Amino acid sequence: MSTTTIVLAMGLGVIAGVMSGLFGVGGGILFVPMLVALGLGQVEAAATSLLAVVPTAAVGTWRQARYGNLRLRPALMIGVASIVGVEIGVQIATSLPEHVLRRLFGVLLIAVAVQLAWRAVGSRASYPESR
Amino acid sequence: MRLVLIGLVAGIFSSLFGVGGGIVIVPLLIVGAAFGTKEATATSLGAIVITALAGVTLYAVRGKVDVGYAALVGIPAMGGAILGTAAQQRLSSRNLAVAFAVLLAALGVWLIAG
Repeated sequence: MSTTTIVLAMGLGVIAGVMSGLFGVGGGILFVPMLVALGLGQVEAAATSLLAVVPTAAVGTWRQARYGNLRLRPALMIGVASIVGVEIGVQIATSLPEHVLRRLFGVLLIAVAVQLAWRAVGSRASYPESR
Repeated sequence: MRLVLIGLVAGIFSSLFGVGGGIVIVPLLIVGAAFGTKEATATSLGAIVITALAGVTLYAVRGKVDVGYAALVGIPAMGGAILGTAAQQRLSSRNLAVAFAVLLAALGVWLIAG
């Protein structure tokens, strides 16, 4: 891997973290296309992205807890319940052909883009105005 | 019960696509459980720690995790997450959200076409 690639990947990592903290999405959703661009297959990119998500989300959670925004019990309930879904998702991901999974991820990105834009433009209440 | 359903759906999305699951958790908490945006993003991040850990474990067993690449993007992202959560407390993120949406849509088109 060239120095340029490493610097670029690290820079994009910082951006992914900022988006994660700002919107509660954006860690993995940027890690996966980055890792695909670096040459990983779609399943490897998803698996590797999840490992990068763990510390990013942990730091985000710690900061948010200090700001008083974290509701611990619902977070734990959702997290524990998600484990069943995680197993289902892994089964699907490892049985689908790579190109199908990649296109599905592309569709997901566009869907998230539409949702984010809709939240930002449509409901002013969701985003505090700058002072 | 709602929270369990949110978790189940988020878990499938998370491991299928390698994302945290915040994409599903945040809107469902806001619409389905009357959370404010900041509470929803914060609570979502907390849940994601557990979800992503479970996903990593199941993928690692199958030999799919590349630790070096994960460190390359994950460690800088930790710093980014501190900046992002701090910025969320102070800034209007509407314009940024629109810019981010455009970036994601472009990446989506690239993945579908490529």
